[in-house]
Amino acid sequence: MSGLAMQPGVPQGPAAVMASAPSVSRRRRLISNRLFLAACLLSTTVAIAVLATLLASIFIDGWGSLSWDFLSRFASRKPAEAGIKAPLWGSIWVCGICGLFALPIGIGTALYLEEFASRNRFTEFVRLNITNLSGVPSIVYGIIGLTAFARMFGVGGQGNLVSLGDPDSIWHIQLPFGSGVLAGGLTLMLVVLPIVIVASVEALRAVPPSIRAGSLALGGTTWQTTWRLVLPGALPTMMTGAILAMSRAIGEAAPLLVLGGFLLVFRTPVNLMSDFTVLPLQIFNWASRPQESFHAIAASAIIVQLGLLLAFNAVAIFIRAKLQRPLQ
Amino acid sequence: MSAMASSTSPLLPSRGRPRSRAGRVWSERVVRGVLLACAVFSVVTTFAIIAVLARETFRFFTISDSPNISVWKFITGTEWSPLLGAEQHFGVLPLVSGTLLITGIAAVFALPIGLVTAIYLSEYARPRVRSVLKSVLEVLAGVPTVVYGFFALTFITPNLLQPLSEAFGTYNALSAGLAVGFMILPIVCSLSEDALRAVPQSLRDGANALGATKFDVSVKVVVPAALSGVIASFLLAMTRAIGETMIVALAAGGLAQLTMNPAAQVQTMTAYMVQIFLGDAPAGGVEYQSSYAVAFVLFVLTLGMTLTGAWILRRYREAYE
Repeated sequence: MSGLAMQPGVPQGPAAVMASAPSVSRRRRLISNRLFLAACLLSTTVAIAVLATLLASIFIDGWGSLSWDFLSRFASRKPAEAGIKAPLWGSIWVCGICGLFALPIGIGTALYLEEFASRNRFTEFVRLNITNLSGVPSIVYGIIGLTAFARMFGVGGQGNLVSLGDPDSIWHIQLPFGSGVLAGGLTLMLVVLPIVIVASVEALRAVPPSIRAGSLALGGTTWQTTWRLVLPGALPTMMTGAILAMSRAIGEAAPLLVLGGFLLVFRTPVNLMSDFTVLPLQIFNWASRPQESFHAIAASAIIVQLGLLLAFNAVAIFIRAKLQRPLQ
Repeated sequence: MSAMASSTSPLLPSRGRPRSRAGRVWSERVVRGVLLACAVFSVVTTFAIIAVLARETFRFFTISDSPNISVWKFITGTEWSPLLGAEQHFGVLPLVSGTLLITGIAAVFALPIGLVTAIYLSEYARPRVRSVLKSVLEVLAGVPTVVYGFFALTFITPNLLQPLSEAFGTYNALSAGLAVGFMILPIVCSLSEDALRAVPQSLRDGANALGATKFDVSVKVVVPAALSGVIASFLLAMTRAIGETMIVALAAGGLAQLTMNPAAQVQTMTAYMVQIFLGDAPAGGVEYQSSYAVAFVLFVLTLGMTLTGAWILRRYREAYE
């Protein structure tokens, strides 16, 4: 606090210039300056205090029941015997599928908007539409996922229209998809797509236009320019955005809850149609029970979830630090 | 990325080998078409949302011949009791008021603190302090909302609110609202900070040269210059608060009532949808369909706020060159 109050130019500046003004006003201005700095530090402290309290309370609740067994056991009626094997693998499957679809489509959209299309009414509409999609609550995406992916708008009535392969084999495919990992991943794709697009657009904008101009002047086509020069230049920033989008996906519970409710799952997914649950849903399920003992294992699951997120963020920071070099 | 690379690489000439002009023009068209399809996908998503919600909402209003269900009674009704009581009432106002109460509490907490923190980060903090604070905010922004819900239920209510007053039950609007506030704080903060930092240095220099204090520069010059961005960040954060689901489903309770009492338990639109989709009502019934009507209201509300934000940004942006 004292460091900022002592900053050169702040107290002296007004003193010199405002010498002719009434001194009361000057003192008042200096007081409001101090008060505001205090307010700044206070509000910043609040943000840090919230994070610290959150982490502390969860670690105190959940550290005791965290063990390797907890990671390798399935759900149970008894909190002492319950584990998170199914939700952990469910999260990995669903997030993987989500990324597999969201990244190509998102980056493709960004490339079209930034590199290929000229600014016209259509692209303006697409941009506005993406802004709008980023504001749609995730639970609404859950409804769309349920209707479009899990039930496919009700084609085929109650049963399955198509069912290929043995339900226990890795190749099993059915239409409609039902509430399996594929429908879950596609639903999450809808949720994170606007985030991927916005991050990719920003990454592309950060590539200097002179690089494009150089390539185009040498006779390169738009796609050659994009593929060989612009994309490599934008990739580190894009990957950072993609990882942040994935960390959003792995924390989403609401859309998947709409998709399949809360299922008690006693096996890990084997194919795209397998039933699944994810970590945030398991946390929700345990947290919504009245017993304290379930709250404790919910806190343990939260520690695992936060660990996953930390790993994601560490990768993003690593990419940012190692791969990002300024393009000139 | 790898999927894209493998699907398009056959179209690319290997490096340095000359290739016909016609081939290049053709591959260019294919790539352009594929990328256009990606862009169209997001538009299709929007239309799918509107079509599905509109169709199912229509079905809700027509599925039953109960005199209690009509568009007018839905919009203006003050009683929401689809699952309990002898007579079902479908008036959405209690759910809307619950949502607005939670959003209001979150906004009262997060908007001032977020803006002041943003001003501190952009105008006062030294680079070291700034980078530490930014990473704290990044961690806060990455915490899944179900974790905030757990925090509200197991920490805020028993340790902060219940010692203050007997009025707070296990579920109450204030703890959920505060937790939603924690969730939107990093959004307000980072978006406002972006807007503040976009204000050119020359404006600050000018004000400093005229003898303004740091406070004057920040609050009377920089904030007004960035006002459109700041307001847009507020709107975006409130949109997130309105659509937030897991926190309110865990901590706000399940009783839809028209109240502005922060100690009371309330049900939000999203929490009602969770209740239905968790299996409290058979699929296809009128209670089940009502969740689509609620989703439609939610969608219209957030759409309106997002469009307002986009309009403010476009209309009132101060462009400095």
